[in-house]
Amino acid sequence: MRFPAGPRRRAAALVGAALVGALTIAGCGSADGGVVLRFYTPADGATQYAEAAADCTTAAGGRYRIEQVTLPRQADDQRLQLARRIVGHDQTIDILGMDVTWTAEFAEAGWIRPFPARAAAEIREGTLEAAYETGTWQGQLYAAPLNTNTQLLWYRKDLMPGGQPPQTWDELLGIATGLAAQHRPAWIEVQGSQYEGLTVWFNTLLSSAGGQIVAEDGAVTLGQGDAAEQALMIMRRVATAPGADPSLSQRDEGTNRLAMESGQAAFMVNYPFVLPGIAENKGGAFLDKNGNPTTQHTGRKVQGVFKWAPYPAVQPGRPANVTIGGLNLAVSTTSRYPAQAVVAVQCLRNRANQLRNAVEGGVPPTLEALYTDPAFQREYPAWREIKQSLDTASVRPKSPAYQSISIVISALLNPPAEIDPPRTEAELVRQVQRAVNSEGLVP
Amino acid sequence: MTATTEATRQPAAPLAVPRRTEGARAERRLAALLCAPAVVVMLTVTAYPIGYAVWLSLLRYDLRFPNRQEFVGLGNYVAVLSDGYWWSAFGVTLAITVISVAIELVLGLALALIMHRTLVGRGTVRTVVLIPYGIVTVAAAFSWVYAWTPGTGYLANLLPEGSAPLTEQIPALGIVVLAEVWKTTPFMALLLLAGLALVPDDLLRAAQVDGAGPWQRLTRIILPMMKPAILVALLFRTLDAFRIFDNIYVLTKGNNGTGSVSILGYDNLFKAFNLGIGSAISILIFLCVAVIAFLFIKLFGTAAPGSDTEGRR
Repeated sequence: MRFPAGPRRRAAALVGAALVGALTIAGCGSADGGVVLRFYTPADGATQYAEAAADCTTAAGGRYRIEQVTLPRQADDQRLQLARRIVGHDQTIDILGMDVTWTAEFAEAGWIRPFPARAAAEIREGTLEAAYETGTWQGQLYAAPLNTNTQLLWYRKDLMPGGQPPQTWDELLGIATGLAAQHRPAWIEVQGSQYEGLTVWFNTLLSSAGGQIVAEDGAVTLGQGDAAEQALMIMRRVATAPGADPSLSQRDEGTNRLAMESGQAAFMVNYPFVLPGIAENKGGAFLDKNGNPTTQHTGRKVQGVFKWAPYPAVQPGRPANVTIGGLNLAVSTTSRYPAQAVVAVQCLRNRANQLRNAVEGGVPPTLEALYTDPAFQREYPAWREIKQSLDTASVRPKSPAYQSISIVISALLNPPAEIDPPRTEAELVRQVQRAVNSEGLVP
Repeated sequence: MTATTEATRQPAAPLAVPRRTEGARAERRLAALLCAPAVVVMLTVTAYPIGYAVWLSLLRYDLRFPNRQEFVGLGNYVAVLSDGYWWSAFGVTLAITVISVAIELVLGLALALIMHRTLVGRGTVRTVVLIPYGIVTVAAAFSWVYAWTPGTGYLANLLPEGSAPLTEQIPALGIVVLAEVWKTTPFMALLLLAGLALVPDDLLRAAQVDGAGPWQRLTRIILPMMKPAILVALLFRTLDAFRIFDNIYVLTKGNNGTGSVSILGYDNLFKAFNLGIGSAISILIFLCVAVIAFLFIKLFGTAAPGSDTEGRR
């Protein structure tokens, strides 16, 4: 049987073609002809980023319009979506909200553009040095710092001898051992689970001891000197201390916080979100006269004795170099409007927008001046220690292969109780070298 | 299998019809034209991606290092096969496959017998049994996650204080197997039920008259007669189970030594952005699946689906 191609079929084909064409055009955006910059942000804080986009659109006075697009909540999923779009030559992706650890990878792969020298100089002005550092690769600025984050030592004042927090890990372990002998809460809460958090703990200890995982030229510097051995020894001692948390090898920031609130922990290293967290959780568990958690309504709760101090040092008298987190803004190489995007990035990270992110989103700003702003200080009781920690901060290894490096480090250091310093160090050097060279598999 | 039968039949056609009429030839042309779109679609959606994956697996191709792209031959395969991570993932996958398929076969057979013998409410029983299979795997996996997470789960609360089964290798794998079994036993039962229908009731009654007990009837009559159906069910499920991804992805993300080969492939492709190594893993999984199918047909060939000697004993 044969079907003659009648007028009806031709009409149907025309309608189909027209539909496809219309959809394609609609998909390209900028229906009103103006410059539309699409701003991809993580889901956390998306409300504040959308408000910033609206404010900057107004401020641009018609030169461009910023459209905020929300990415998934998990960092890995965000990274995958951004990479897929850029590798697929998506021209409608202009501004990227990037984790501080992706800079080298995205820059080396040719996915983001370096900022022009003048814009880079403007961005550097007044920005915290360590935060600026996270956005650079091979001496150029690829991502402008928006938010930052850092860890502090959180402790139970009632359990400290003389009420004073420890200055170093040695002191901290001494206090914990004493508490365990008295059958009082002695857990030390750190990020011991097999994930990025464990790599961050190791990186903080290593740089506080004067070491570095990878140099920017790709050389693995982990094995130089005795810094790695000192760091690994501390990790092992924390995990095997008398009265250590039995679930330490499964703890992340969230479960650390809950363990602290349950009254069983004496110490915790964690981000400032734990402070509003304990208030939301009705102040945590009730405590008896020894400081142990109890179900009786003693009128004394964890929140009443919950204090913070600078992150413990590895060497006495040398402040810890805490690994910083945060979000940077970059311009994609596929963008059709790179010049406008650079201007928009500078607006999106201005003082007003950073203050909004800090107050409403709970993320510390990267503009130094904000730390003296009363509105910010009111919202951040721990602002002094946060600022101090940011001033001596360290950044994560700068390498395009950071993701693989982090995966192999966290796989090798978990569980922390089984770290065997000299042997683990040799294995770390070998596997990190393979990851840097992008050889072999990632677990 | 279909390809071979067609290939043997086509040359035979001219012999059967030595002189073809003009109309017949036109009809064949039309047939080819009508098939063409389907063939083109099949080639673009299956052959092209498979061929492209094979090509990628021969390259050193890491998205993060676009300048270091080069042809490395079988280098990626050597890297994968000489790596401990591949073999541990392979072991985990094999264990999950064997254990879950074995449990599913036993449970599925029991369910099939129940469904076959049910006199009242047959439709209701079959519907109830099929419910787990109708639920989206990822949705079901999330409910397992919550059930086994201390604090949110009713099942985790049954365990001693402080235990988090999803964070340890063996308990987590046990939960993965449980989720798989819960999910696909109905599928197994349905395939076996079709096989049960092939067993004639007269034969069973005759055996009963000859004094065969229920166990003897099951092992001597029902199972041998169901063999083709059992093999189809086992083949489908083994191939499926070997490619397990969604349950593990949701339940453990492959942490703590629970990753299957598919999870390993995903991590290398989408976390490490290493297209060369990731494609090599995909091709190896493809080969494993082909070997499983081949072994099933060779070892149990007598009753394998599509073989000429079906039913020979």
